[in-house]
Amino acid sequence: MTDSVNMVLMVATVLFALGLVGVLTRKNVVFMLISVEIMLNAAGMAFVAAGSKWQQPDGQVMFLFILAMAAAEVSVGLALVLQIYHQHKTMDVEDLKELKD
Amino acid sequence: MVITRYHPVHALLYLAVSFLSVGMIFLSLGAPFVAALEIIVYAGAIIVLFIFVVMMLNLGNETAQQEKEWLKPKVWLVPSALVLVLLAEMLLLLFSGNQQVMQVSQVDPRKVALSLYGEYIIAVELIGFLLMAGIVGAAHIGKHRKPSLHRFLQNGDAEKERASALQQETIPNEQTVLHD
Repeated sequence: MTDSVNMVLMVATVLFALGLVGVLTRKNVVFMLISVEIMLNAAGMAFVAAGSKWQQPDGQVMFLFILAMAAAEVSVGLALVLQIYHQHKTMDVEDLKELKD
Repeated sequence: MVITRYHPVHALLYLAVSFLSVGMIFLSLGAPFVAALEIIVYAGAIIVLFIFVVMMLNLGNETAQQEKEWLKPKVWLVPSALVLVLLAEMLLLLFSGNQQVMQVSQVDPRKVALSLYGEYIIAVELIGFLLMAGIVGAAHIGKHRKPSLHRFLQNGDAEKERASALQQETIPNEQTVLHD
């Protein structure tokens, strides 16, 4: 039992590292959002694994909250991506240095 | 695989495979409700949202090149191979016949629901506020901003434009007069 929980925690760590590498290396905004989704997914997986280890439903409750937060975050983020593309005609974060119009 | 693709749709296919496998991990951890939610919400809703945005962006000259590669089988070969690995694992486990019961201590959805609406009721309401704010924010940011001014401002701008046009007309006249 604890062995599988350890394995799942390792998988969650690897997923989180992959998402972090994606955020740090990619320059397209859409790919950065996807990587943030991967990181949130890894965090939720760690929560569920911990809740399964201690036989408590709190882990799954926290996963529900993470899921709702990820949905809200990705909707606002994609709306921002659309607006950025309409204004600047680019997806490169290197070109988006200006905060003003 | 997700973070190394150049085309967004390829990355989204790999992301769907990743979400499906994470859902299987949840199922093996004894959390079937969360596994179903993972597949429905992540692999259903969020992937569709990303695909809508990728379609609406319509990335210009890249898409013309990508259209040629679009029909090649290498686009969908690797994601479908990964999905087939998952399917093969499931079939192997179904038909292998060893009835060794895995020691899964299942946290049933009943306990989750009781905890969710018992001690976490404030957090549920807060997450409702967050989703509402997300909807309103996305609708506000995502709409096209047209340069629709108030009518007073429109009149003022028209007068300013007329005045600047008059100045631009008069200044060359003076210069030409001086030159003459």
